[in-house]
Amino acid sequence: MSRVTIPEVEHAYPGSTGCPGCGANLVMRYLLKGLGERTILTIPACCWAVMPGYWPSHCLKVPMVYCAFEATGASLSGIRAALDMKGVEDVTVVGFAGDGGTVDIGLQALSGAAERGTDAIYVMYDNEAYMNTGIQRSGATPWGAWTTTTPVGSSRDYKREPKKDIMSIMEAHGIPYAATVSVAHPEDFVKKAKKAKDARGLKFIHALSPCPPGWKMNPMKTIEIARLAVDTNVFPLYEVENGRLRITKKGKGLPIEDYLSTQGRFRHLTEEEVKRMQESVDSSLKALEEREAREG
Amino acid sequence: MRKVMTGNYASAYGAKAARAEVIPAYPITPQTSIVEKLAEFVSTGELKAKFVPVESEHSAMAACVSASILGARTYTATSSHGLALMHEVLMWASNARLPVVMTNVSRAMAPPWSVWADHMDSVAERDTGWMQFFCESNQEVLDTIIMAYKVCESRGIMLPAMIIEDAFILSHTSEPVDVPDQDTVDSFLPSYDPEIKLEIGKPMGFGSLVRPDQYMEFRYKSMLAMREARDRIVSVEDEFRQAFGRSYGGLLDEYMCDDAEVALVAAGSVAGTVRTVVDKLRAKGMKVGLARIRAFRPFPFQEFQSLAGRVSGMAVLDRSFTHGAAGAFFTEIQGALYDAPKRPAMKNYIAGLGGRDITPDVIEGIFEDILVRCERGSDPEPEWLDVAGLPRRRS
Amino acid sequence: MSRSYEDIPLTPISDTPSTVNMTGLWRVFRPVVDLDKCRKCTLCWKFCPDAAIELVDGKPNIDLRYCKGCGICANECPAECIIMVKEEAE
Repeated sequence: MSRVTIPEVEHAYPGSTGCPGCGANLVMRYLLKGLGERTILTIPACCWAVMPGYWPSHCLKVPMVYCAFEATGASLSGIRAALDMKGVEDVTVVGFAGDGGTVDIGLQALSGAAERGTDAIYVMYDNEAYMNTGIQRSGATPWGAWTTTTPVGSSRDYKREPKKDIMSIMEAHGIPYAATVSVAHPEDFVKKAKKAKDARGLKFIHALSPCPPGWKMNPMKTIEIARLAVDTNVFPLYEVENGRLRITKKGKGLPIEDYLSTQGRFRHLTEEEVKRMQESVDSSLKALEEREAREG
Repeated sequence: MRKVMTGNYASAYGAKAARAEVIPAYPITPQTSIVEKLAEFVSTGELKAKFVPVESEHSAMAACVSASILGARTYTATSSHGLALMHEVLMWASNARLPVVMTNVSRAMAPPWSVWADHMDSVAERDTGWMQFFCESNQEVLDTIIMAYKVCESRGIMLPAMIIEDAFILSHTSEPVDVPDQDTVDSFLPSYDPEIKLEIGKPMGFGSLVRPDQYMEFRYKSMLAMREARDRIVSVEDEFRQAFGRSYGGLLDEYMCDDAEVALVAAGSVAGTVRTVVDKLRAKGMKVGLARIRAFRPFPFQEFQSLAGRVSGMAVLDRSFTHGAAGAFFTEIQGALYDAPKRPAMKNYIAGLGGRDITPDVIEGIFEDILVRCERGSDPEPEWLDVAGLPRRRS
Repeated sequence: MSRSYEDIPLTPISDTPSTVNMTGLWRVFRPVVDLDKCRKCTLCWKFCPDAAIELVDGKPNIDLRYCKGCGICANECPAECIIMVKEEAE
């Protein structure tokens, strides 16, 4: 007997034009397994605006609106308002945007949708740079990473600023549900998608989405690297439900080198810099654990 | 029912009469009282709609676009900088073929900060694929909103429309306005039955990527739709006249132009002043007329060619300026008349920027000047009127 | 091939399944499965980014018309029953 641990139903067709090993394809696949077919997506400029393929190709079994880059939050509110006017209540409205479209150009509209309490799920698939335009730094690019706009020349001018803490930003809006998810842990992902679907208001899901070309990694390692991100505590899996935080999957506490060494974008880092990153990861995890203990 | 109301309330009553279903809104002077009134209509239950208080004009139009894709009738209102911020999404609305209707309270662009009447904001959006209707009175504002939905939602058209009312001169000035009976409006404008929309249970991507080998065909269809809108605007206005007893002259509203020697072309609220001056000069025996641009998009090519055949001089009054060229109305009319059988002497007058009054004596001065031009021929240089430091042209 | 303006919708509405895109043509390495070694853990199916693996009695059936050859299945297979083989140059 086979051991299927996530819903078998597929809401995605093969033939999407995402890169081989694309994490964002998996984010969509797991998300829809959790949400089901009565879902409407709105997607701004990002890899996923290209991945359904050229007209008339569509790689999903649910309807999808293409919206302007910075407009996902507003698009969510517009869709929900139209459904309300038509008396349709059993549809999940989802904004699905990249990290640049979320933490940078789309932050205002997202904040507006959260403040308005638009009943929708906003999913940020985070490949940690502007990947659709070809690997430029975003506010979600981690400290120390190479991108084409943080090149590592003789000045070693890699990204010098820490990754924007979008989970805290969203939490500060007092939203009912926020969660981090990983493509290496689809069971946890699907469970959180269902929880988000059942909560009312604006829900936020932060999905780490490995990008083989952008991270300078082997496409076969997408799951392995996503798993390492959790196990090195670079990307802890947790949820915040009505303000209470719970870590949903403990990492193994592996050293951060195990994660960094899998990706060319971190190759230039010195031992000292890796140590600094380890300290940063450790203190973030400590803060999470302390908070969980307080609220648990 | 007759009420005394501002242009802004006329907009709000127009959107209410049209039964707008989704109203994303963001405040900006001097538009704000439109969305305030609509918020009130929604909160009292007088209008069954979703009022979506967005955080920017960009989001207001983006929410209109998405709601419209789902098949809702949408309305919003903005002005100047708000309209400029919407620019990207204006194109989105028209390219996605969505019949969004919006009031733009036409106002100057900063700096210098100015909240007063000026057409630069509207004219700057002429290439976004929206129909643009300039209004002369509060009644016309209300009526044009109702007519616009009918035009925009027509099969084969499916384009958005901008109803333009001048800042303060209309937006904050009260006039008697007839609020049409709702049943008559409902039979004139049935509920929105979209030609295209996104539906649950129908997997589709709305607005996807096309290759260079297919893009132009989509734009060609938009062009055909806007071309077809010319006739549709006229036929809808005719239906409107039969139902409500009012009409506004189609795309180009002529006043005393049939036997005119010269015509002054203008748009918006100043047309009312021009009419007064025309009456005064006619009483003196001067053969002058007014040609009011009601639709700037689609542009009234044929109407201008017809007018050109009748007059010897055409003065074009622009309440905006396209730097490096001339007033936009002027250059477009010039273009329209290139292959006209008969071309009048023409001159461009720039006046009323940033809310400066365009007074009757300024208009009289224009008429006197263009009458002279009929002898001397066209003047290629736009003349800026009533600018401190320049010689004053007054009657 | 361009379609006439008369035969297209008002705006690009995509409603054709993406299975029209033969993304298998991109492949450099082909997954080869030894079904005898398969322990039916279904991880390959679970982690395929392209939904190109179908389970037949718990074992993978990889649709090579769409498989892009990323190799995630081979990397994740605990039974090591999938190997990646370079596509023959044609």
